[in-house]
Amino acid sequence: MKDAFGTPQSLLVLGGTSEIALATARRLIARRTRTVWLAGRPSPALEAAAEQLRALGADARTLAFDALEPGSHEEVLGKVFAEGDIDMVLLAFGILGDQARDEGDPVAAVRVAQTNYTGAVSAGLVCARALQAQGHGSLVVLSSVAGERARRSNFIYGSSKAGLDAFTQGLGDALHGTGVHVMVVRPGFVRSKMTAGLEEAPMATTPEAVATAIETGLRRRSEVVWVPGALRLVMSALRHAPRAVFRRLPV
Amino acid sequence: MSGDTVADMPAETVSVTGWGRTAPSVARVVRPRSYEEAVEAVRGCGRRGGIARGLGRAYGDAAQNAGGAVLDMTGLDRIHIIDTTGSSSTGGAAGTVMCDAGVSLHRLMEVLLPLGWFVPVTPGTRYVTVGGAIGADIHGKNHHVSGAFSRHVLSLELLTADGQIRTVERGTPLFDATAGGMGLTGVILSAAVQLHPVETSLMTVDTERAMDLDDLMARLTATDHRYRYSVAWIDLLARGASTGRSVLTRGDHAPLDALPARARREPLTFRPGRLPAAPAHIPEGLLGRRTVGLFNELWYRKAPRSLTGELQKISTFFHPLDGVPHWNRVYGRSGFVQYQFVIGYGKEDALRRIVQRISGRGCPSFLAVLKRFGDADPGWLSFPMPGWTLALDIPANLPGLGGFLDELDEEVAAADGRVYLAKDARLRPELLAGMYPRLGDFRALRADLDPRGVFVSDLSRRLNL
Ligand SMILES: Cc1cc2nc3c(=O)[nH]c(=O)nc-3n(C[C@H](O)[C@H](O)[C@H](O)COP(=O)(O)OP(=O)(O)OC[C@H]3O[C@@H](n4cnc5c(N)ncnc54)[C@H](O)[C@@H]3O)c2cc1C
Ligand SMILES: NC(=O)c1ccc[n+]([C@@H]2O[C@H](COP(=O)([O-])OP(=O)(O)OC[C@H]3O[C@@H](n4cnc5c(N)ncnc54)[C@H](OP(=O)(O)O)[C@@H]3O)[C@@H](O)[C@H]2O)c1
Repeated sequence: MKDAFGTPQSLLVLGGTSEIALATARRLIARRTRTVWLAGRPSPALEAAAEQLRALGADARTLAFDALEPGSHEEVLGKVFAEGDIDMVLLAFGILGDQARDEGDPVAAVRVAQTNYTGAVSAGLVCARALQAQGHGSLVVLSSVAGERARRSNFIYGSSKAGLDAFTQGLGDALHGTGVHVMVVRPGFVRSKMTAGLEEAPMATTPEAVATAIETGLRRRSEVVWVPGALRLVMSALRHAPRAVFRRLPV
Repeated sequence: MSGDTVADMPAETVSVTGWGRTAPSVARVVRPRSYEEAVEAVRGCGRRGGIARGLGRAYGDAAQNAGGAVLDMTGLDRIHIIDTTGSSSTGGAAGTVMCDAGVSLHRLMEVLLPLGWFVPVTPGTRYVTVGGAIGADIHGKNHHVSGAFSRHVLSLELLTADGQIRTVERGTPLFDATAGGMGLTGVILSAAVQLHPVETSLMTVDTERAMDLDDLMARLTATDHRYRYSVAWIDLLARGASTGRSVLTRGDHAPLDALPARARREPLTFRPGRLPAAPAHIPEGLLGRRTVGLFNELWYRKAPRSLTGELQKISTFFHPLDGVPHWNRVYGRSGFVQYQFVIGYGKEDALRRIVQRISGRGCPSFLAVLKRFGDADPGWLSFPMPGWTLALDIPANLPGLGGFLDELDEEVAAADGRVYLAKDARLRPELLAGMYPRLGDFRALRADLDPRGVFVSDLSRRLNL
């Protein structure tokens, strides 16, 4: 169960090697979290991540999960919930793709959309139903500022996150009154392996900062969290910028 | 609505919290109106079990059960027998009441005071049920004299996981597991409670100020035995030399001859009086360090340095907060936590350190309460033990509060003290067994009595009770 500050005792991470998710897990383990499930594509990195969390005192386990195989989600994730309540699900999987290449490779572009959007629709619905049956729990979804308004430079990724974001908000409304809390997290540029080698955007932040914002959001039962917080205002200005101006902005 | 509930037993699926309004969860709340309906409700709990709930005055998650059933017991509110002479089947001396578990202490006062009897123990609010009083084995300002609520319970009827109703006598393991057992042994349906005789419905109260914590502890230690009721309100925002400054209010039921002539004609009237409720929506952050500090300051200055024999209403003396219904809303959406612990006599240093840490940190806490407990009662998870107990409210949205309270827990645990489960919403589960040495017995009895785990609450899930 979550405590009075929204801190979970059990955590299921979808996208178990995500740097943002692991920073969040470390932070929550330092407070209350004891059981952690890392769901992801089997790899030494996934096992190493679990090992690292065990060293912090958590009972961390891995399970094979692929966002691109929605047909398996029900069964794979169902097993986790069958073992005990999950206080928080962190939906963290996602790929950035390579916009320049993907524009010329529609199959690769679709993979971005399928991972970030349809994969999340499927996994999100499966988890939502299980949480609803529990009558409590948080579903935390890593969206992105990129979904707020699609940009020339990464609209394939951006549009997938826009879909994810809209889906999550709607799901939050659907789950209102069920005891399940749904939180959309919209980070800006985060220094992680996803962005390694890319030129940093203004207001770049760290996985640890996202983790802190998530912990605060849980305490406040927030529905939307921006990281850093100032991005909320920046994005609200950008959202209203005229199209001709927005197109030419170096963002 | 699922079909496994009895036809027409009131039931709705709603969000439930404790008085502190933190960690809401959704449950199917059913409201049995008879013992038969209670039995049906327990039988129909379903996979995620059920838990009894009284008036929801426990601060944390004790009377919640996410995804399962919550049995609202306030529909079982009949007073069966009031025995003022000691002749009937309640089994006690003169002054016993036999009533349903959903009867509130408020109702008992309304009915019993005119007859010259008072509840044996009352907490800081009258709006608790007899079931909740036993489930949390509550204490009042008279603990140093009268012990906890269960000391005055002669017997009770318990609806257990198998759907049977058992009469549970004091002195048995099931009684000791149930007193303070947080509803986890079953649903209390009724109880026979020994009452305390009074001549009037007024209190005579002595008030004095203490300038710091040591002064306070010295005064309480020296003279508590002279009073049936005793408590001190501490200003935890005062720092430096005035750390722990407080106001002691102690008293007893006023004898008839202490009343002025006019009041003597109707000495037993009970008119508590209420103010308008706190508004439903209050912005966050209203209660910062400054505002609360100012309130505490004014309150301390307004208290008399020393005043004896003042006549006060029962409601003024025992239940000052009950005057404002829903006062818990002033903490806004994030709610608040109450932290209450007890530390044994001889461990005063730990108490001093904790008080110093709280005031050093500047937690915006309204008046905290310090009191001396007397002997413990046998309930396995009963909270009181001989020592000092401190209770304070803190807004839950205070950054870093979780970690800070964890540190205080460490101090409490190191001093062999314990945290009160009826107030708790955040204790680290690993500390529980050390604080409650009979936890193992409690778990074993539950495993035996309720092998399928019918009785569960958010509290029991969180702390693995
Ligand atoms: C302003 C205020 C002041 C307070 N002051 C004090 C104080 O001075 N001393 C003190 O000890 N406590 C105090 N409390 C706490 C309160 O007395 C306890 O939490 C009490 O248990 C609340 O009773 P309730 O009927 O509201 O029960 P709930 O809060 O609804 O339930 C509390 C527990 O009792 C169990 N329970 C309730 N009914 C039954 C039943 N019929 N059968 C089995 N189990 C049952 C529940 O499962 C739960 O575990 C205070 C609370 C408030 C809000
Ligand atoms: N970094 C940023 O700047 C930033 C900004 C805003 C939002 N976000 C979002 O935050 C989330 C986490 O990002 P991060 O920075 O922590 O990046 P990361 O470390 O690269 O994590 C991405 C995760 O997604 C997993 N994943 C990818 N495809 C998958 C699939 N088909 N099935 C299962 N898992 C799959 C990866 O697992 P593998 O190990 O199997 O590859 C990895 O665990 C992502 O959704 C990202 O879009 C990131």
